[in-house]
Amino acid sequence: MTESTISKSYKRNEDPRLLTGNGNYIDDIEIPGMLHVAIKRSDYAHAKINKIDTEEAKKMPGVVAVYTAEDLGDYWRPGPLQVPPPTVIKGSIFHARPLECIAKNKIRFSGEPVAVVVAESRYIAEDALDYIYLDIEPLEYVGDLEKSLDPGAPLIHEDLESNLSADVRQEVGSWEKAVAEADLVVKKRIVTKHVAGGAIENRGIVIQWDDSFKVLNVWATTQGPVPMRNSIAKYLGLMENQVRVMNPDIGGGFGPKIMSSQIDDVVIPWIAMKLKKPIKWVEDRRENFLGTTSERDQVHYAEIALKKDGTILGVKDEFYHNTGAYNPYGMTVPLNTQTHVISNYNIPNYFTRIIMVFTNQMVVTPVRGAGRSHGIFVMERLLDAAAKELGMDPIEIRRKNILPPESMPFRTGVIGQDFVESVLDSGDYPGALEKTLEAIEYEKFKKEIQPKLRAEGKHKGIGVIMFTEGTAVGPYEGAKVMVGVTGKVNVVCAYSNQGQGHYTTFAQVAANQLGVDIKDIEVVIGDTGQWQWGVGAFASRGMTLVGTAIHNAAVKVREKALNLASKILETPKEELELADGVVRIADLPEKFISLGELAMRANPTRGTVEEGMEPGLEAASYYGPPHGATGYGCLGLILDVDPETAKVKIERLVIADDCGTNINPMIVDGQIHGGLQMGIGEAFYENLVYDDYGQLVTASFMDYLFPQATDMPAKFEIKHIVTPSPLNPLGIKGIGEAGAICVPACFMQALEDAFEGMDLDITDSFMSPGKLYHYVQKAKGA
Amino acid sequence: MKPAPFDYYAPTSVEEALDKLTELGYSGKVLAGGQSLIPAMNFRMARPTALVDLNKVKELSYIKPTADGGLAIGTMTRDSVVEEDIMVNERYPILVKTIKHIAHKQIRNRGTFGGAIAHADPAAQLPAAALLLDANFKILSKAGERWVKATDFFIGPFMTVLEPEEMLAEVVLPPMPANTGASYQQVSRQKGGYAQAAVISTVTMDGSGKVKEARVALFSVGESALLASKPNQVLAGQVPTAEAIEEVAAYVAKNECDPGTDIHGTEEYRRNLVHVLVRRALTDAVQQAKK
Ligand SMILES: Cc1cc2nc3c(=O)[nH]c(=O)nc-3n(C[C@H](O)[C@H](O)[C@H](O)COP(=O)(O)OP(=O)(O)OC[C@H]3O[C@@H](n4cnc5c(N)ncnc54)[C@H](O)[C@@H]3O)c2cc1C
Repeated sequence: MTESTISKSYKRNEDPRLLTGNGNYIDDIEIPGMLHVAIKRSDYAHAKINKIDTEEAKKMPGVVAVYTAEDLGDYWRPGPLQVPPPTVIKGSIFHARPLECIAKNKIRFSGEPVAVVVAESRYIAEDALDYIYLDIEPLEYVGDLEKSLDPGAPLIHEDLESNLSADVRQEVGSWEKAVAEADLVVKKRIVTKHVAGGAIENRGIVIQWDDSFKVLNVWATTQGPVPMRNSIAKYLGLMENQVRVMNPDIGGGFGPKIMSSQIDDVVIPWIAMKLKKPIKWVEDRRENFLGTTSERDQVHYAEIALKKDGTILGVKDEFYHNTGAYNPYGMTVPLNTQTHVISNYNIPNYFTRIIMVFTNQMVVTPVRGAGRSHGIFVMERLLDAAAKELGMDPIEIRRKNILPPESMPFRTGVIGQDFVESVLDSGDYPGALEKTLEAIEYEKFKKEIQPKLRAEGKHKGIGVIMFTEGTAVGPYEGAKVMVGVTGKVNVVCAYSNQGQGHYTTFAQVAANQLGVDIKDIEVVIGDTGQWQWGVGAFASRGMTLVGTAIHNAAVKVREKALNLASKILETPKEELELADGVVRIADLPEKFISLGELAMRANPTRGTVEEGMEPGLEAASYYGPPHGATGYGCLGLILDVDPETAKVKIERLVIADDCGTNINPMIVDGQIHGGLQMGIGEAFYENLVYDDYGQLVTASFMDYLFPQATDMPAKFEIKHIVTPSPLNPLGIKGIGEAGAICVPACFMQALEDAFEGMDLDITDSFMSPGKLYHYVQKAKGA
Repeated sequence: MKPAPFDYYAPTSVEEALDKLTELGYSGKVLAGGQSLIPAMNFRMARPTALVDLNKVKELSYIKPTADGGLAIGTMTRDSVVEEDIMVNERYPILVKTIKHIAHKQIRNRGTFGGAIAHADPAAQLPAAALLLDANFKILSKAGERWVKATDFFIGPFMTVLEPEEMLAEVVLPPMPANTGASYQQVSRQKGGYAQAAVISTVTMDGSGKVKEARVALFSVGESALLASKPNQVLAGQVPTAEAIEEVAAYVAKNECDPGTDIHGTEEYRRNLVHVLVRRALTDAVQQAKK
């Protein structure tokens, strides 16, 4: 048999090209005669538009055209609604208000596009922005998500009765019953803070309308080429095959690039067709901060009901969720919050309610974990608060309630972002906890090290928390595998790659069936001209969904190759093997036929073929799981705090994680590293701040602190647990968001521990030294 | 994020540069390392009509010893060149330490010693270092040369006594007195990031266990870099006890700085930082001086 290519840390196929500066990113694309776009954005957060005067801008030398919503005529319309609300949850309210792309009568957030300039260069286009004059009437800004529902609060969408965007309740068991039986109910107001996507490359698009062939070529940084293709086709009245969306190399996604209802996706294609000229728009960092998407802004009123011995009877969580000025992405983020509150523990009774509100802020869509981090933060903070009340060790309360391996698969009873019940498919949750405790030497730290440090006046604290990561949700992905006449293999899908290593991991999956070197597999990702079907890169679903589709397709191709070779070599299939790029007789290795030759023969150009024959060493396959696969893990931190300056240093970081089969363990580790960096950012560095008028104060990396390599701990200590998912043949679960969703909860527990004896009572997911100082002062009674 | 249109001149001599600056008056602006000016132009916060680029004026880039044991540094000398210079390392180790806290290596490779001083960012290291080391600045214009002490040079945030037709040409550092220790203390949110509060201090001992002179410069906690006066008033001629240092630190934090509240910290927190950092800086500088 050939050697397996699964669970091996191959170096990445894509790296030589990227590391030698030969990547091809959106801004590298140059087309002769290309025009450039700059977008005029509102400085006001909430205002009525009376008139937008573009006359002077239009007259500037080098300016080709200027468009406002008025100039778009019939083409102007809101939308599309990218994700519909889940109808399966009875009694839900959802007021769909998709993005307006370019504001017409009203401005609803600072940074909202109000006009588009097309010019011969980006410089000229930006110069022209100064000559567009807005006649507007400022309206009162709505930014506080709780106050947004006050009677008399200014309405963001005047056709609605209030700023309520959605109201969704789910209940498993009975919260009332839990309270009736409880010895103790602990209540907390818990806040999660606003963060940006922060990809190193911003959004961008290049569009070329080929008027002779009537084809619209679109290069875009989108995370979802197929949905983007579909929506452009629909808007412009074109057939799908007239719109070709292609991903160049992409420098990170993290959510905001999945949006296909923004100005770049909806308005710029229309302009390109109208002007019949290639057009480029590349978002700058300021625009990205102001006008793209962000998330995390929630306020929870959470309660936990327990027995004296720490047994959880129930959890109640009513939370406000800020969706910003529009809700194009439906309920994905808060639904994820609902499923992630309860997913590590046995919680027989659970009531959860989303109160989603409109505010005059940028739109909220999935960003780095999409609601998961919030749910984990709420549950873990509740457990710590309960442990404190009960005089229990935080670990003991977790051990007591954690779901045992025998309970898998565990049905949570809660509908998730994929509109089906969230089911925890597999895993050893207590195993992850114990592994982490052992690695971080929890007992020793608490019993021996910490008391000594305390005596020296040092403040080091330890935190250990659990998390799950709902991944690999449907509906589906597909892929095509084809052996070429050279014997090299093509794997084609319309997924999207932002740096996850798909060129390697997808190749590993195909190579495993086809017995070729992974370097001889060319993976094509994100080109709707080569493959039409798919959904997009989100929810850590690529490896599981596309990977499984590739696996299934490669199995078919393997069968095809063996069947054909069996005829040619006149040997039964069972006696053949596929290895080193050839099919050979296992016992007679000098008798073989190369895959390239087989590919030639699989596509005869004269003669006749058998009925039902499908040409080529090619097969396509689709995969859609019944529900997502759920990864999980445990994070441990030791923090060293300077009590005088409140500076915090991460002394140790241990993470145990289970994402099922690791196709490429090195890449899995890389995903965890990147995620943890963002998690550390969320807990300690990153915070989008709006002022009292709805101006984003943190609209550059000067003010919005993004975690740097130099801010990371010396080492990420990663422990793997491998419980293959029963849902797919390779046993894969996702890993992309693991590190990004678990840090704040652990960070705050460790900070509280560093000041044990003082009741810091941290209920906020972001903690800067400046804030920590005041928490300590308050606890001291100063 | 592209700058507004501007004219660009690249003189190759000081004389040519001064001619251009005189001709342009208020419309002209010197371009040095560009690490502050160019981002400000890209954000269109700065919209100079013309830039006079000094990068081709080779005669402005040097480090020379002075007769009294000090150093003269040409304005266009890159931060990283100063940082790695042997003479600077021997004579002013505290300056090297200070420069290492400016941003990251890539920025120090472009940013210039004089540019940072002329820029007069209240959160920048080098204006404070110039105050601490009692630097003297050579300022040139077509009309001639004038000398201004660091203590008279900075007049507010991003404001100095420089006139539009003038350029800062040279920074002269007097020699460090014997038996001097120094310390650099900073709290910033991130490595290479601007400080929330920072203190640079030198303490010169008189050989009998008493302080001869104590200098404390602060930055990022006021409208410009500051030189505190209390430390020397209290400590000069005294044995620098922990109590005396604590008294000075508390006083400086309360009375000799003016940090505001920003998104990263309140005024209260930042005054607390000044208190802690002045104490740590003086304690450390005394230790260093005794070595
Ligand atoms: C990411 C980043 C981080 C940074 N972090 C820090 C930091 O932590 N600490 C810090 O101190 N700085 C920091 N800087 C700023 C950097 O050190 C600046 O480069 C420096 O302060 C200005 O020097 P420059 O040579 O780049 O000047 P330029 O940007 O070229 O000029 C700055 C100003 O000074 C004027 N000017 C320059 N030279 C002269 C002269 N000879 N005569 C008259 N006027 C002149 C210019 O006209 C302009 O107004 C950072 C910069 C970046 C991009």
